[in-house]
Amino acid sequence: MSEIFNSLWPEYDPGRFFCELTAKRPDAGPVPQMLAERLGRIGLADLRARADAAQNDLIDLGITFTVYSDATAIDRILPFDCIPRVLTAPEWDLLERACKQRVAALNAFLGDIYTKGRVVKDGVIPGELVYKNSNYRPEMQDFPVPYGTYAHICGIDIIRDETGDFRVLEDNARTPSGVSYVIENRHLMLRAFPDLMAGIKLRPVDDYGRRLRAAMAEVAPARGGDDPQVVLLSPGIYNSAYFEHVFLAREMGVPLVVGADLVVEDDRVFMRTTAGLKPVHTIYRRLNDDFLDPLVFRPDSMLGVPGLIGAWRAGNVAIANAVGTGVADDKAVYAYMPRIIKYYLGEEPLIKNVDTHICREAQGLKYTLENLDKLVTKPVGESGGYGITIGPRASKEELEASRAAILADPGNWISQPMIGLSVGPTLAEEGIGPRHLDLRPFIVTGKESWVLPGGLSRVAMKRGSLIVNSSQGGGSKDTWVLAENFAAEGGAA
Amino acid sequence: MSTQMRDPGLLARDAEGLFWMARYLERVENMARLIDVTQSFESPGFEADAWWGLIKINADEARFKERGFSADAAHIKRFYLLDRGNPTSVPASLEEARTNARTLRPLISTEMWRQINVFHRFVSRIGPEDLEGDALSRLCTKLKDGVQAHTGITEGTLYRDQGWYFYELGRLVERADQTTRMLDIKYTGLLPRGGREEKRMAELTQWNAVLRAAAVYHAFKRRARATFSPEDVVQFLLRDSSSPRSVLLCVRRIELHLDDLRRYYGLAAAGPLEQVEMLREFLLEKSLSHILATGLHEYLDLVQIQLQNLAGAIGCAFFRDWRPEPMAPQAQAQTMA
Repeated sequence: MSEIFNSLWPEYDPGRFFCELTAKRPDAGPVPQMLAERLGRIGLADLRARADAAQNDLIDLGITFTVYSDATAIDRILPFDCIPRVLTAPEWDLLERACKQRVAALNAFLGDIYTKGRVVKDGVIPGELVYKNSNYRPEMQDFPVPYGTYAHICGIDIIRDETGDFRVLEDNARTPSGVSYVIENRHLMLRAFPDLMAGIKLRPVDDYGRRLRAAMAEVAPARGGDDPQVVLLSPGIYNSAYFEHVFLAREMGVPLVVGADLVVEDDRVFMRTTAGLKPVHTIYRRLNDDFLDPLVFRPDSMLGVPGLIGAWRAGNVAIANAVGTGVADDKAVYAYMPRIIKYYLGEEPLIKNVDTHICREAQGLKYTLENLDKLVTKPVGESGGYGITIGPRASKEELEASRAAILADPGNWISQPMIGLSVGPTLAEEGIGPRHLDLRPFIVTGKESWVLPGGLSRVAMKRGSLIVNSSQGGGSKDTWVLAENFAAEGGAA
Repeated sequence: MSTQMRDPGLLARDAEGLFWMARYLERVENMARLIDVTQSFESPGFEADAWWGLIKINADEARFKERGFSADAAHIKRFYLLDRGNPTSVPASLEEARTNARTLRPLISTEMWRQINVFHRFVSRIGPEDLEGDALSRLCTKLKDGVQAHTGITEGTLYRDQGWYFYELGRLVERADQTTRMLDIKYTGLLPRGGREEKRMAELTQWNAVLRAAAVYHAFKRRARATFSPEDVVQFLLRDSSSPRSVLLCVRRIELHLDDLRRYYGLAAAGPLEQVEMLREFLLEKSLSHILATGLHEYLDLVQIQLQNLAGAIGCAFFRDWRPEPMAPQAQAQTMA
C-alpha cells in the first residue's frame, strides 16, 4: 500500500505519526491501495475542482454553522476534506464495544450519584468533584429515569497515538453535536466522488434518525402510548448548530420546536398547533440545562419552558439528555473514568484514557509543574478547545501564565502528555499532506445502546495543528467503516 | 387505507412562517412587475413623476423621506432594489422570506431551501450598476424568474398537508393586495399631457402596461371587445374568474382553502371565513361604473383594508389566538382518512 501511495505522492510524509491510510493494516485488505490508486487516477487538479464544487454545494444547501464575532454573524461551512478516513472492521468492533462500555459506565455513574452516591462513599472519586461540580444538579436527586438512561445521546472523542492505539480524549454527555456532518459528508461523497467509493462495502450511516426516534419513543412516559409525540427543542435559528437541529428533526420526522411553542399545564407539556394544544411526550433538547426552565434554572432564560422540570418530575414527559449529565463528562471526572468503569462494570476500559495527571492530587500536581513544557494542560470546566496550553509549543511567558493559573486553583486543572494524534492524507495547499485527526462516534441509548458506524472524523486543516474543533478552523472527513473483515478472511479479497 | 399514518399536526409558528414566506416572495415578484411597468410609464422629462407613483401606491411616502432620499428616479429605484433598511424593498423582503424559510427548514423541501438560498445570494449582490439603462429590465426579469422558480419547485415538492394551505393563503392574500396596487397606478397623479386624443392614447398605453404587469395582456386581448374601455381593464383585473392575478379569483381560492382547513383538518376557521365572505360580497356588489364614478382609488383602499382584516383574522384563528378547544384527536384522524 504505502509503496503505491509513495509513488503517487512521494512528498507525503506522516513523520512519526500513525497514518490512517498508509500505515500497515492487514485487516484493511485492498481498500487503502484501491483508494490510493483511485485518488491518483482522479488527479490533484480534478480532486480540487470536485472538492470546490462540493463545498459550493454545502453553501447552496445552507449546511452551515454560525460564527459570531463582534456584531456580525457569518454562516460558515465546516470545511470538508474529500479523502476519507478508513476504519477496518476489527477496529470498529473494538471502538463500538468500547463506546458502549463507556456509556454504560457513564449512565451507571449518573444513576448512582443522583441516588445513593455509593461511588463517593466507597472513595472511588472525591465527593467534592461530584457535588461541588457546577454541572451537578440537585434537582435530579432521587429522580429515577427510564432504563437508568441519563445520557441518551453521547459523543466520545477518541484519538489514535503514534503506535496506532486508540485513546479516549473526552466524553460528551450533554448535547454533543456533529452527527449531521457524518451523514451529510457521506451524501456529499456519494454525489461528488462515486468513483472513489465504487465497489467498497461500507457500513451505512443513514439509520441514525430512525434509531434516535426509536430511543426517544422508548423512554417516553406510558401516557404517550405506542406512538408518543417526540419533539426536538432548539434555541432557534440563531444558534450556531441550528442546521443540525433541522437535520435531526427531519431525520426523525418530528417537529422542531422552540421554547415559545411549548406550554405546561397541570404538569403536562403541550405544543401550540393550528388546532390547539397537542401533548408532547419526549423532548430531545438541544438547549443547555441552564436554559430549560426559568422557574428552576436561569430566571432570565427566554429560550426555555416555564414548568418543564415540574412536568418531568411528575413523570409526564421525558427529557433527553437528562438534566445534570454534565457532571459525568467533566474533565475532572474524566480522569477517574478508568476507575469508574472498573467500579461499576468490573471490567478494564476497552479503550484507555489518555494518561491524565490530576492536579488536585499532590502527586499529579507535582508531576505537572515539573513537566509543564512537555504536557498539555487543560482547565476542567471548558469545552471547545479553550484554555488549553500545549507545553512543547508554548512560549516561556505562556508556560509561566499556565503555572500561575494551576497554582491558583489546582483542582481546576489536569495535564496530559502531548499525544501525537494520528494523521490522514488531506487535500491541502501543498498538495496531499498529512493532517491530524480525531474521531467522535455517536452513541444512542434508550433501552440499549446503539453506535452509529463511524462517527465524525475531525481534521485540523492547518499544517501541524492539533486542534480539530470547528470553532477553531477544523474540518471534517467522511469516515468509512469497512463492512468486510479482511483479517478474518486472511488478507485480500 | 390499511396502514395507519399519524397526523403530525402543524405548529402554529410554522403555519405563520409558511404564510409569511409566501407573502414575502409574492411581494418580490410583484415589486419586479411594478418596477417594469413604471419604467414603461416613464415619459421623457417626467421620469420622477412616474417613479414617485411607485412610492404612492406602496404608501411609502413617509418611509422614503425618513430614509433621506430625494424624490428622483435613481433614488426611488435604489429605495426598492438596494436599500435593505427599507422594509418594502426587494432585498428586505427576500431577507424576511429566507429567515422564514430557515425557520421552516424542517418542513419545506431541500430543493425549496436551496433555491431560496441561492436566490437570496443573487439579490444580496444587486448593485447600482444593475439599475442603469437596459440592465434594470433584465434585473426585473431575473427577479421574476427567481420567484417563479420558487413557485414551480414548491408546486412539485411541498407536501400538501395543512402547511401547504397556509403557504397558499399567504400568497393569495399578497397577490390580491398587489393587484389592487397595480390598478391603483392610475391614481398616481400622473396625468397624460397634450390634447384629448393624445390623452386617450396615453391612457391606453398605460392600461396596456398594467395588463402586462399583471401578466394578462394577451388573455385580456382575447376576451375583450375590439373597442375596450378602461372599465373593461378594471373589471378584468378585479373580477375576472380565470385570471390568476384577479382579486376575485384570489379571494375565491382563499375561501376554498379556508373551507378545506375547516373540513379536513378540523381547524376553527369561522373568523377568517366570515371575513372572506364579506370581501367576496364587497367585490361583487357594486357596478363597475358606480365604482369608477365614486372613485377607484377609494374603492381599492377599502379592498386593501379588508384584505388586511382577513390576514388579521387568519392570524387570530391559527397563529396566535389559538386557545385550545377540547380536542378530539380520533375525530380528527377520521376526517384525515
